[in-house]
Amino acid sequence: MKKLVSLLMALLMVLSCVFLPGCGEEQGEVVNVYNWGEYIDESIFDDFEAETGIRVNYATFSSNEMLYSSIKSGGSSYDVIIPSDYMIARMIAEDLLLELDYSQIPLMSNMDPQYLHRDYDPQQLYSVPYMWGTTGIIYNTKMVDKAPTSWMDLFTTDLRSQVLIFDNPRDCIGLALKALGYSFNTTDKDEIAEAAELLMKQKEKGIVQAYVMDQIFDKMINNEAAIGTYYAGDYVIMAEENPDLAFCMPEEGANLFMDAMCVPVCCENYNNAMAFINFMCRDDIVLRNCDEVGYSTPSATALAEMDPEMAEDPVIYPSEDVLAKCETFGGLPSDVLSFYDHEWIRVCLAKVKYRG
Amino acid sequence: MRTKSAAVPYVFWMAVFVVIPLVLIVVYAFTNFDGEFTLSNFDNIDVFLQVFGNSVVLALIATAICLLIAYPFSYFLAQEGTLVRKIAMLLIMLPMWMNFLLRTYAWMSILENNGFLNQLLGLIGLGPVHIINTDIAVVLGMVYNFLPFMILPIFSVIDKLDKRYIEAAQDLGANKRETFRRVIFPLSLPGVLSGVTMVFIPSISTFAISKLLGGGMSFLLGDLIEMQFLGSAYNPHLGSAIALMMLVLVVVATLITNRFGDGEEGAVLM
Repeated sequence: MKKLVSLLMALLMVLSCVFLPGCGEEQGEVVNVYNWGEYIDESIFDDFEAETGIRVNYATFSSNEMLYSSIKSGGSSYDVIIPSDYMIARMIAEDLLLELDYSQIPLMSNMDPQYLHRDYDPQQLYSVPYMWGTTGIIYNTKMVDKAPTSWMDLFTTDLRSQVLIFDNPRDCIGLALKALGYSFNTTDKDEIAEAAELLMKQKEKGIVQAYVMDQIFDKMINNEAAIGTYYAGDYVIMAEENPDLAFCMPEEGANLFMDAMCVPVCCENYNNAMAFINFMCRDDIVLRNCDEVGYSTPSATALAEMDPEMAEDPVIYPSEDVLAKCETFGGLPSDVLSFYDHEWIRVCLAKVKYRG
Repeated sequence: MRTKSAAVPYVFWMAVFVVIPLVLIVVYAFTNFDGEFTLSNFDNIDVFLQVFGNSVVLALIATAICLLIAYPFSYFLAQEGTLVRKIAMLLIMLPMWMNFLLRTYAWMSILENNGFLNQLLGLIGLGPVHIINTDIAVVLGMVYNFLPFMILPIFSVIDKLDKRYIEAAQDLGANKRETFRRVIFPLSLPGVLSGVTMVFIPSISTFAISKLLGGGMSFLLGDLIEMQFLGSAYNPHLGSAIALMMLVLVVVATLITNRFGDGEEGAVLM
């Protein structure tokens, strides 16, 4: 009897291990969506379910790399994912994405053609643009004597312990590359090493207060730092809370990123994924979403209907000549990516020599 | 026979969640992306040692501070009545009901330059202290988060101490100090050792604390390992190799500490 009980218990454990990840999954149509945190108006899911009967299972990630490692390592079953440009290129190259059936996504025609056929998906087979935006410099007008105008200003400033920098190798080394006049997508290791040196000197001089991602919201809103680097759409949200904040598009040009909806190879509900992607392109949904998220839409028809105050905001929709200077991240070969990590560790290990 | 069959679920649990992951770490550490045997994952051991040095220093400081706080606390608590003990234990456990990351995030707001602590100091006319984004903040985060793991084993050992030993020592003419030094402290060593292990190991492998409180200014082993999985180059093989090196060094450290407690079996964990 005892044996039977323990055997049952063991069996129960196996079963719970196997089935727990699918916990709460009911019968009926579902679509599993994997998106950036704070990057959608979640009330849209209710409308989608009401209209199509398909329930949305929603999960979020905090970086492209996190998304990549969960798709690459397998074991996950997402139907729609929203990676950025360079990650889409990498996932296409590694056969991690499925081609889309555009006959099921008629609203694709709403998209402004200038956002299609870009470098990351030249044939436009794998992705439907979701939102785009730029990076830039956010600064507190009360805390700086002279407003920054370029990436290089972050390295030459007299401020000590007042600058917040991106906490990931691609964005952080990228902005140093731009400051030096190089491309974000350079594969020249000397240039990347030079950018890392610049960042190390910046840290040693005590200019950097911290390397942060979303922690920047609290820090800029509460006047903890004078200058920070982040996304334009997030600046809009911060500026609502702290009117002293201002945004600068660096004169060297910033990163123009495009996040697009894709279907990974682990997809189990392909048709539902198509329905969801199409739904997300509908003008009323796009407008609601933009209102909530603060980034820029690639949809021409939705933009035409948008509140002019938002549609003409130079931070969210910069002018043509500003955009012309921007550059989009492209896929990099794996030896260059490893070199990025190698150089990033050197930056992380640099010691602050002077504290102001 | 009966006792053996009762262990089946436990053995199964250990196999699935401890043994298999460990085997996977070893396999990954010695292979490359094509699944071939390689030692190249151990090439940049110099970087590892540098980061390891950073982490060990901070983890040792945090462990020492925990011990300094936890030992007197447990010692005096063990002499209190049941009610006081129950309330104290509840207060120690209470914060652990809340998510670890949330607690650490809360410390970020407390320690900021314009944060709660500095506003409070400002009220009583003391200058602002700069703690956030320094190693001090990281150590503070470790001490705060892992202190219960030091208190609980030490307290349970001291609490269960056979009072007759103490009486015997007093009968034999030992004064209070001698009783403590020669009887109570040696008998409580197993608790101290498990406490040290249970604080040191999470401290050395943490990455969230250095990210949030250290502002990425100090780079610890946990950060290095995390980077292999979530950095720009996804490399679980290198990540596993680093984890394995850390594992070996931690096991060695634990074995060395345990030698001090030889013969003092039965370190009670909870």
